[in-house]
Amino acid sequence: MKLVTAVIKPHKLDDVKNALEAFGIQGMTVSEASGYGRQRGHTEVYRGAEYTSDLVPKVRIEVLVDDTGAPDVLDVIVRASQTGRIGDGKVWASPVDEVVRVRTGERGVEAI
Amino acid sequence: MVDTGTTAWILTSASLVLLMTPALAMFYGGMNRHRGVLNMMMMSFGALGLVSVLWVLYGYSFAFGDSVGGLIGNPVQYLGLDGILQADAEMTGDEVAVGTYPTLAFVAFQAAFAIITVALISGAVADRAKFSTWMVFSGIWVSVVYFPVAHWVFAFQGEELDQGGWIGSRLGTIDLAGGTAVHINAGAAALALAVVLGRRKGFGKEPMRPNNLPLVMLGAGLLWFGWFGFNAASFLTADGVAAYVWVNTLVAPGAAMLGWLLVERLRDGASTSLGAASGVVAGLVAITPACGAVTPVGAILVGAIAGVVCAFAVGLKYKLGYDDALDVVGVHLVGGLVGTVLIAFFASAEATAYGQDGLLYGGGLDLLFKQTVPALAVLAYSFVVTLLIGLALKATMGFRVSAEAEAEGIDSAEHAESAYEFSGIGARAFSPRTSESTSKSEVSA
Repeated sequence: MKLVTAVIKPHKLDDVKNALEAFGIQGMTVSEASGYGRQRGHTEVYRGAEYTSDLVPKVRIEVLVDDTGAPDVLDVIVRASQTGRIGDGKVWASPVDEVVRVRTGERGVEAI
Repeated sequence: MVDTGTTAWILTSASLVLLMTPALAMFYGGMNRHRGVLNMMMMSFGALGLVSVLWVLYGYSFAFGDSVGGLIGNPVQYLGLDGILQADAEMTGDEVAVGTYPTLAFVAFQAAFAIITVALISGAVADRAKFSTWMVFSGIWVSVVYFPVAHWVFAFQGEELDQGGWIGSRLGTIDLAGGTAVHINAGAAALALAVVLGRRKGFGKEPMRPNNLPLVMLGAGLLWFGWFGFNAASFLTADGVAAYVWVNTLVAPGAAMLGWLLVERLRDGASTSLGAASGVVAGLVAITPACGAVTPVGAILVGAIAGVVCAFAVGLKYKLGYDDALDVVGVHLVGGLVGTVLIAFFASAEATAYGQDGLLYGGGLDLLFKQTVPALAVLAYSFVVTLLIGLALKATMGFRVSAEAEAEGIDSAEHAESAYEFSGIGARAFSPRTSESTSKSEVSA
């Protein structure tokens, strides 16, 4: 099993959610996040004085999938969230040892 | 003969000018950091309460009593508006105290000028002045600086040269609505207070971004609205001259805004809303002395120059190291100087009111002298006297809140309030006051 985590631009959340639903993903966890990549935040100017904020608002999406589905889910998220401009974000998959559905106690792939 | 149209316009304009002080509170309040926005607004409202009372008690007499050597009005002539009330109350259609309107209408109009001039200074001392000391300062400053300077500039009593203030009435300086008395005066005082109080903790290092730019825009818009009364009623007429001044008060801020935005676009890469609001105010400041002396095209030039110059001037505080928090010096002192001195260049005899030509229209150097000397005199007088008042209060009452109060935020330290409810986290118990539990210790517990 894999945990796919995506950190994307907030305004792309709906596109990604719709794309994942269309692909057949049945659940996800979404949280607000902030951070920066190579672009290092943004600059604001007040009466000529510059203020730089490193941390830019982002959305983090987490999806549990079985091993074979992970590469496709990565592709779906990338396609739906890409604008081609700086700050589009990152998506990655990491191994998951065990998953338990709290309501039934089912384990592993059954619990996804 | 009382002219009801003139009276109506002066009283309406007095109300418009009075609105400028709450507008200034919004303009300044929005520019301040969130934890000091209420203190910022309270300094304007404090001036509103205090100066209105002092004006009636003795301020009007100091400013508009019979001149004592061109320096101050007879201080006891109109104490408590004595002598005006009876004349005005008895005034009917064909009896009148002064001109074609009740004297009290003029008292009201000028009261609003005194109030906003004091409030303007507060922008320099954001986030660190004790409110109690600010109020005492306001009372002393308006009495020994504003009232006399208003006399110098605004008191015209009769035709004879031994009457009236030395700047407006005797020297013949053109300053319609107070480039010297209001803006240079407040700006120089702001510089002096910034020096006396010292810099905010973290000035020049920590970000101190405005807490609410829409409030700044609203404040600037209402200032502009009130400013039409400020300028267009300053000839105390409701006629073609007033309309002329109104148009100049429209175009100068417009051009100044464009100038400021252009500087920002070229220098910083973006034209900002704070720049637009600041440009409008800079243009209004600059056209205030000049709006009766220049043509509308001249007003556009005065405004554009003020917008560009002030956009650069607000950066001076970082270079020179004084913490004029909300740029009273950069906008009001510099804008006031620009407007007052440019009259010597752009004045046109075609502009109805004064019939004088500036240098660009073939006038002589005489007007340059008349404009420059009083501007520098008011600057110097205001700076030095304010410095002395400030140092005296610093030595006696103390002028700054504690470092701890400053770090925690001046709103809660000085006013026991906060402007915005950000989150329930950290909220404390609520205990409504009853007659048994109103002691101060319980409130702060």
